[in-house]
Amino acid sequence: MGTIGATLLRAGRRFVSSLPALFGVLVFTFLLMRVLPGDPAVFFASGPNAGKEEIEVIRRQLGLDKPLPNQLVIYLTDVARGNLGRSMMTGQAVAKDLKERLPASLELTLTALLIALVSAVPLGVIAALRPGSLVDHGVRLFCSLGVCVPTFVSGLLLIYVFYYLFGLAPDPTGRIDIFASLPPQRTGFLIIDFLLAGDVEGWWAAARQLMLPAVTMALFVIAPLARITRASMLVSLGSDFVRTARSVGLSWWRIVVTYALRNAILPVITIAGIVFSTMLGANVLVEKVFSWPGVASYALDALLVSDYAPVQGFVLLMATIFVIVNLLVDVLYGIADPRATVA
Amino acid sequence: MIGSDNSKPLLEVENLKVTFSTRRGLVEAVRGVSLSLQPGEMLGLVGESGSGKSVTGFAITHLLDKAGRIADGAIRFKGQDITRAGGADLRSLHGAAMSMIFQNPRAALNPIRTIGQQVADAILAHRRLSRQEAQAEALNLLKAVQIRDPERRMSAYPHELSGGMCQRVMIAIAISCSPQLLIADEPTTGLDVTTQKVVMDLLAKIAAERGMATILITHDLGLAARYCARVVVMEQGRLVEEAAPLTLFHRPQHPYTKRLVAASPTATSRIEDLVPDGDGIPLIEVTELPPPPHGTPLLLDVKNIVKRFDDGTIGVADFSMTMRGGESVGLVGESGSGKSTTSRMICRLLDPSEGEILFDGQSIGGIPARDFHRSELRKDIQIVFQDPNDSLNPRYTAFDCIAHPLYRLMNMRSGDTMRQRVEECAERVGLPRELLSRFPHQLSGGQKARVGIARAIACKPRLLVLDEPTAALDVSVQAVVLQLLNKLRREDNLAFLFVSHDLNVVRMMCDRTIVLRTGAIVEQGESRALFANPQTDYTRELVDAVPHIAPPMALQVCTV
Repeated sequence: MGTIGATLLRAGRRFVSSLPALFGVLVFTFLLMRVLPGDPAVFFASGPNAGKEEIEVIRRQLGLDKPLPNQLVIYLTDVARGNLGRSMMTGQAVAKDLKERLPASLELTLTALLIALVSAVPLGVIAALRPGSLVDHGVRLFCSLGVCVPTFVSGLLLIYVFYYLFGLAPDPTGRIDIFASLPPQRTGFLIIDFLLAGDVEGWWAAARQLMLPAVTMALFVIAPLARITRASMLVSLGSDFVRTARSVGLSWWRIVVTYALRNAILPVITIAGIVFSTMLGANVLVEKVFSWPGVASYALDALLVSDYAPVQGFVLLMATIFVIVNLLVDVLYGIADPRATVA
Repeated sequence: MIGSDNSKPLLEVENLKVTFSTRRGLVEAVRGVSLSLQPGEMLGLVGESGSGKSVTGFAITHLLDKAGRIADGAIRFKGQDITRAGGADLRSLHGAAMSMIFQNPRAALNPIRTIGQQVADAILAHRRLSRQEAQAEALNLLKAVQIRDPERRMSAYPHELSGGMCQRVMIAIAISCSPQLLIADEPTTGLDVTTQKVVMDLLAKIAAERGMATILITHDLGLAARYCARVVVMEQGRLVEEAAPLTLFHRPQHPYTKRLVAASPTATSRIEDLVPDGDGIPLIEVTELPPPPHGTPLLLDVKNIVKRFDDGTIGVADFSMTMRGGESVGLVGESGSGKSTTSRMICRLLDPSEGEILFDGQSIGGIPARDFHRSELRKDIQIVFQDPNDSLNPRYTAFDCIAHPLYRLMNMRSGDTMRQRVEECAERVGLPRELLSRFPHQLSGGQKARVGIARAIACKPRLLVLDEPTAALDVSVQAVVLQLLNKLRREDNLAFLFVSHDLNVVRMMCDRTIVLRTGAIVEQGESRALFANPQTDYTRELVDAVPHIAPPMALQVCTV
């Protein structure tokens, strides 16, 4: 029990120490958006031939006529109150937009991570058990292909094969058929909401919709996870304590899983955390290809029209998720490795 | 002892050959070893690194690395040929019939599994018990290996235990399914002398109680002599001699054994005796230097230094000592006694929390450790580190390593003077000139040690701090390095602060010895007198724990 307490304490301390970084991210993105070319007032004026006065009015409405430090202070006070501003593009509050779209992104990313882990860890273990064998080379080839084919290509390829050729996958647009009735929203995760509502048919539809984009994303991250599993498994299998396990005649399964893999999984946890954060931010390509209504494509659209508030909100959200994921990794690490709590 | 009467050996190894496939082709590590072991016997397998002694052990238990292969020969266990045993046969042999304990006990245990679980795992590997029964059995085993507070230790992880405790756990695991053969591969290397004695006594007792045959693989002749009835010596993959320890050590037959026996420091040996034929280093007789003129400040005057660490623990409490120029002082104690901390403070790599350090009359304790490299006195106090591998920059050639201090501390620029100086240093430490262009990984352990020493003497220091300078070396290499150090000291009138856990070495090398325990001085005095007649219990315990080869009188008694 003491170790869990210590882990939580450490996680709390980590969180507090990451607050300045979050603040830095806030200020930095604010400044970055102001430095980038493009004038939102021009974009959101009624048309290309809007007069100078009209643009000025919009600029004043947006508060863009004030000096930069003032704008920053206003922005920070708003963020502190939980107000992330209003998107010019959708006309809604950014916080509301993000809240609607985040579950879609999370659902996709988490599923992809799960698929990636479930396939990468066994692949890595198999490769490590017979280094230099045909299996090892096969895994290496598969991983290399996964990394070097860009997600939009592999996504299109999967659509071509499974939707166009075999018709196994549904129409690759969005999270669910637009005519389907949605379950009552509880978690925002469709496959969970459908389950909670007891709607098996709806769940199946949502899951099918989710499969292709999730696999596309997973393919891209299987490589780092499988490689780190293999490397760390090799170290683990060559370690003194695995030799000890062999010297007392433990069963193969116990040696490989309980002794080697449990030790080897520690660096995999760290990499999985980093991979997850990267995926969440960088899955805009997948979201675009599959018309997935996620936060990343939302932020990209906003960026293209110099809509400041959604982009800033998005970056803040990503930074926060990054911090939370790191905390989670810390806690997991503390549970998985008794030595971590001592340090 | 099922199915074996006493006349029949438990283990027979016949003409065993082991090869390793490496990048440079096949390497023969064991070249035809034959030995046999009676039930309940304790056999010592002695040799230096690379002699193939551990490989022999691993071949018998089939725990060789993937690259290693038994190329030829036969291994018979209770009359059954197990040379090519595999899969299920091996699983039933491992743990139940033969088991091993290893060097570096902490690494040999699974770091993320509790001690209790690991012992229980070993029990469950061969016996049909419930998890609870196995746990109860594990607790009994922990009691059998005399672990204090075993109930609480059951749920401890290896990192929470000391090295000696970990080795006891390892012994508990190894004996959990009552094997008839135990192979102990350097079981106490890296442990303190006192811990070594306790662990070895325990091992010997358990082996005797259970009638377990044991092969003790060690580089330490004294250890083998103390615990084994029969000792075999290996050199370069071959057995060179086999005898009872006393005969072996007092009447060695083979030239290699003779060298090895001579090189092993004993309670009475002198530096000059270590390498019988001198090995090319002529010992110069230096006439006693006249006492320094009156009023010369002490070379080193350490006054009441204290080291408190950030977490409040006290590393060194109130340590004082003095040294004259050319004097050599030994600092001994168990791990955690603060001897390394003290030496680091004196050579100014660590800042003392309190107290004063005077070098040649100047106060140097106040200069922060990280600024000391700019001090004029840096070149007067140099250090030889423990690990000759890790203390050399892998990207520097031997030449660069020796030249570095000249460049940094003497402001020498590369050129003929620099080259001359480096070559002179190399020559003084007996390092052939053609090796200077090599990188550390292309040098042997002894050669690396020489580079480390050459680097330390390059700036002509007045005080050399030696932190376990030979701990990582084989005895024969150690003998040569000790002689070399002794020669350098006489030639340059160098002062030595010699930190070591090896009491025999300190006694030979040092005029005076200081015994430390938990950061405080327990006893100090003239080395020979101190070890011959210790005044405190702690020192006596330390001295007694050193495994000695019994003097030849014992041999006569035995043979009569």
